[in-house]
Amino acid sequence: MINWKEKLMKVVFLAAACVSIAAVVLICIFLFVNGVPAISEIGVFRFLFGTKWKPANHLYGIWPMIVGSVYVTAGALLAGVPVGILTAVYMARFCPRWLYRIMKSSISLMAGIPSVVYGFFGLVVLVPFIRETFGGRGMSVLTASVLLGLMILPTIISVSETSIQAVPQSYYEGGLALGASHERSVFYTVLPAAKSGIFAGVVLGMGRAVGETMAVMMVAGNQAVIPRNLTAGVRTLTTNIVMEMGYSTDLHREALIGTAVVLFLFILIINLSLSMLKRKEKE
Amino acid sequence: MDKITVEKLDLFYGSFQALKEITLNIPANEITALIGPSGCGKSTLLKSLNRMNDLVEGCRIEGSIRLDREDIYGDMDVNLLRKRVGMVFQKPNPFPMSIYDNIAFGPRTHGIRSKAKLDNIVERSLRDAAIWDEVKDRLKKPALGMSGGQQQRLCIARALAVAPEVLLMDEPTSALDPISTAKVEELAMELKKQYTIVIVTHNMQQAVRISDKTAFFLLGEMIEFGETEKIFSMPENKKTEDYITGRFG
Repeated sequence: MINWKEKLMKVVFLAAACVSIAAVVLICIFLFVNGVPAISEIGVFRFLFGTKWKPANHLYGIWPMIVGSVYVTAGALLAGVPVGILTAVYMARFCPRWLYRIMKSSISLMAGIPSVVYGFFGLVVLVPFIRETFGGRGMSVLTASVLLGLMILPTIISVSETSIQAVPQSYYEGGLALGASHERSVFYTVLPAAKSGIFAGVVLGMGRAVGETMAVMMVAGNQAVIPRNLTAGVRTLTTNIVMEMGYSTDLHREALIGTAVVLFLFILIINLSLSMLKRKEKE
Repeated sequence: MDKITVEKLDLFYGSFQALKEITLNIPANEITALIGPSGCGKSTLLKSLNRMNDLVEGCRIEGSIRLDREDIYGDMDVNLLRKRVGMVFQKPNPFPMSIYDNIAFGPRTHGIRSKAKLDNIVERSLRDAAIWDEVKDRLKKPALGMSGGQQQRLCIARALAVAPEVLLMDEPTSALDPISTAKVEELAMELKKQYTIVIVTHNMQQAVRISDKTAFFLLGEMIEFGETEKIFSMPENKKTEDYITGRFG
């Protein structure tokens, strides 16, 4: 009787574990079955490096969107990483306890805010601000970068903070015992020891920035051309898909799925480098 | 000559009194051993000497500790104090960086930038810690790749690199094998020519082997202090005798 129950539960657990694997596999199949034929019909080179995206004229070059995604992600990292890491250091090593509690909960709150709300915030606050300060229409690479920089903060902060907290106290004490100040001990002994964890946080944040759709769409302008400067509008891979999915048909629709394939590969590369990092850390 | 004088030192962790009216003179260029069972306060006293106890929340002291007659809990800059009073920890704690950078960390902290000077200090410190020959060919390799005994001697070298006057050792050999232990002990005896050494140890043979003076602690009180030879051959106090003959502890 007990044995029978045990076997049943094993099957239940296995089935539960299989759900997520099955989902990933199915998504892969869906993407590649629908996207790859379209890519080969358009031509891999013309699809990836074509600079004109005009579905009405059957021109499906996603290069502007690839560049757009790279720009916006890089911008987000430039804006978010320094603030994020310094915040994590502050929280882990400098902050009084009462403030720590407030910061911790506001950061987890920040992580839970829906991206459309970030988008709204960007639209109402950032867009006019950028327009008045830097010119242009306000919907731009810069705006999307700043907004994404904010959105990836919780990821970077919480992962970095955890890895800083995990550094053995003995490094810090060793620094102090040599006559180093609190600041020097933190920045030159603790921080280097947390390096790989912090880097993992940055890569995770990068993954978030690449994949973000809604907020970017609301503030980026979405022109399918390579932006010439920071105040020009930009369209990313994700927004390209979501803006046209509703009315696209045939090859247009498949080209959008092809875009998703490229996006998927981006994320795959990021995840692979993350797991490589983790392996390196273990060694 | 006394390097450090501790006078009527009371130390509290919150409401718990960890040290009770400790008065102790630590002579220069000698090895002073602090012995006693776990929780007797010997490590606490050691950590008071370079103010590492400041890190413990709710730690409060009364009385005075003077280094060359200067009150270390007074106006003295705590970072400068820790430069003058170096420390070697129970568990070797090299930084996760190269051997060279480990040694150079202290001098760099205190403003030495010149490569030639740093090279010089690194070599001299490693030689003084009797580990130069073992590591001279891999100074750029990570320190964490060394054996435990080597790591501990590296930590001693790192402490020497800032040219301290006093070296505090908190059970420096408790995590080491017998051969490494012997090397560290030898090193300590060599180093006392230039430095004043205070060592906390659980190992009474170690105290006998290397120390000149011994202080015996029990439940936060200093029971007896004197020449090591005398403490271990003719202790004045019954409790000391019970402890060193292994009746408790």
